[in-house]
Amino acid sequence: MIALIITAECIACWACEPICPNAAIRVKNEVFRIDKKSCTRCEGYGDLPQCVEICPVEGAIIDDEGTAMNPPGSLTGIPPREPLPA
Amino acid sequence: MSMVQESGCRPIQPNNARIEEHPCYSEGASHRYARMHLPVAPACNMQCRYCNRKFDCSNESRPGVVSGVLNPDQAVKRAWEARQRLPHLRVIGFAGPGDPLANRERVFATCKPLRSSFPDWHLCLSTNGLCLPESVNAILDHGIRHVTITLNALDPEVGAAIYSWIFWNKKRRRGVEAAHILLEQQLAGLSALLARGVLVKINSVLIPGVNDRQIPEINRLVSEAGVFSHNVMPLISAPEHGTYYGVMGIPGPNETQLQQVREQCGGAAKLMTHCRQCRADAVGLLEQDRQAELNRSPVEGSRVIPIHRPTRRDPVASPPSPVVLAVASQSGERVDTHFGHAEFFRIYRVTGAQIEHLGERFVPRYCQGDDQCEDKDHTLQSVLNLLNDCQGVICARIGFVPWQELLERGIEPVNSHADRPVVEALSHTARLLQDKHTIPTPKVAAAGMKGRG
Repeated sequence: MIALIITAECIACWACEPICPNAAIRVKNEVFRIDKKSCTRCEGYGDLPQCVEICPVEGAIIDDEGTAMNPPGSLTGIPPREPLPA
Repeated sequence: MSMVQESGCRPIQPNNARIEEHPCYSEGASHRYARMHLPVAPACNMQCRYCNRKFDCSNESRPGVVSGVLNPDQAVKRAWEARQRLPHLRVIGFAGPGDPLANRERVFATCKPLRSSFPDWHLCLSTNGLCLPESVNAILDHGIRHVTITLNALDPEVGAAIYSWIFWNKKRRRGVEAAHILLEQQLAGLSALLARGVLVKINSVLIPGVNDRQIPEINRLVSEAGVFSHNVMPLISAPEHGTYYGVMGIPGPNETQLQQVREQCGGAAKLMTHCRQCRADAVGLLEQDRQAELNRSPVEGSRVIPIHRPTRRDPVASPPSPVVLAVASQSGERVDTHFGHAEFFRIYRVTGAQIEHLGERFVPRYCQGDDQCEDKDHTLQSVLNLLNDCQGVICARIGFVPWQELLERGIEPVNSHADRPVVEALSHTARLLQDKHTIPTPKVAAAGMKGRG
């Protein structure tokens, strides 16, 4: 399973770090990232990766294709903005 | 309330000192005794619709000037510092910016040294209650004798309108299911605390049109249970807070609406009416908050993480001085570019109503969207160096790290004009920065923040 990625949207709230069953969340100078070798996307642990389940920020965790695991509007209930003009 | 022997060596303090020295439990104490909130709890296990996790909780801690998160060591140092300046300091509170019980290790690691150094201080915490039942023993063991639970609804249907989600048993849960679990936890936690002799205060956020009718019912229920006081607080809601209620235009109550609901609360639990809806890093007397002054001096070795962006101050008349601003805009017409995706910044000088375009500055992109980028920080620093003479950077969006770094350099990050015309964003930001510079505001950073390698 290809590891998930934490983006610059992360607010460094520490919610994910203690609940990761693989201890894959690494923190340096309050910058959070997911260790590629340790992350299993919680296969066999929960329905969804635990960091994705607790993260409060839309778009802060993406998969290897760049898709937001918590897309805009999914956590706050605030309808997403219209896409920006190209 | 009976005296309960705690598991440790000291008996519980007599109730009168617990009440008379705690500004939230006694209005008299609020004039005499100081309290300090230590912001050691950044994580949360749920999302309330009056809270924006990107900033800070707008109800439990008033939005405004810059705050920071501390680790336990830094928090203990800050408490020692505050004690030197505030002889009447009696209360140490844990109120966020997340939920203290979603950060149990950090909170309790802070309690331990404080309790042994300052045995006459009162330790308290404020929680959403989701993790309360399993935390009651630890709360008691760490000498916490005052707990506030935020209880906004007894009907899960209403709760579902207030809470977006909770994290429970490995899953994010929503709607009535989530509200039901939360309520069960809150009520179980409440009775366990009361049975162990903890002074409990209930906070309820009045959200007009959502939970008006719930609040008198909460008051009745908690009165019967033996809660010390009930604090009915007005929803704080403005679009710039970025909360669900703020963005969706659901306003807080006016004074009449608040009074009406408070009058309907006829239970025995005293209504607390002297609440100041403190920030998670408030310091001083309730009447006279000194967090700006006392949180300014950085604790040695601390890296204070700004949570709030500074907000606009009251405008003061003064001749306009020029403000240099950078704008991330591909089109040049609208603020359409993410800070990390900008290939160049447009630089403007704004003097009063006059806007001068000074040119473009081309920068390396630092955000490659993956975690493999080893020299990310180095590239970010070179972007920031290019913008060093600017007072503000306007962009459509910005990540947390560059946002912090800009603040540390005294450059204001502005992302509130996404997709708005550049001209409008420039004038608004220039006005905001001028107001800010007219009145001295506490500087976010100082030497202690320059930790990034």
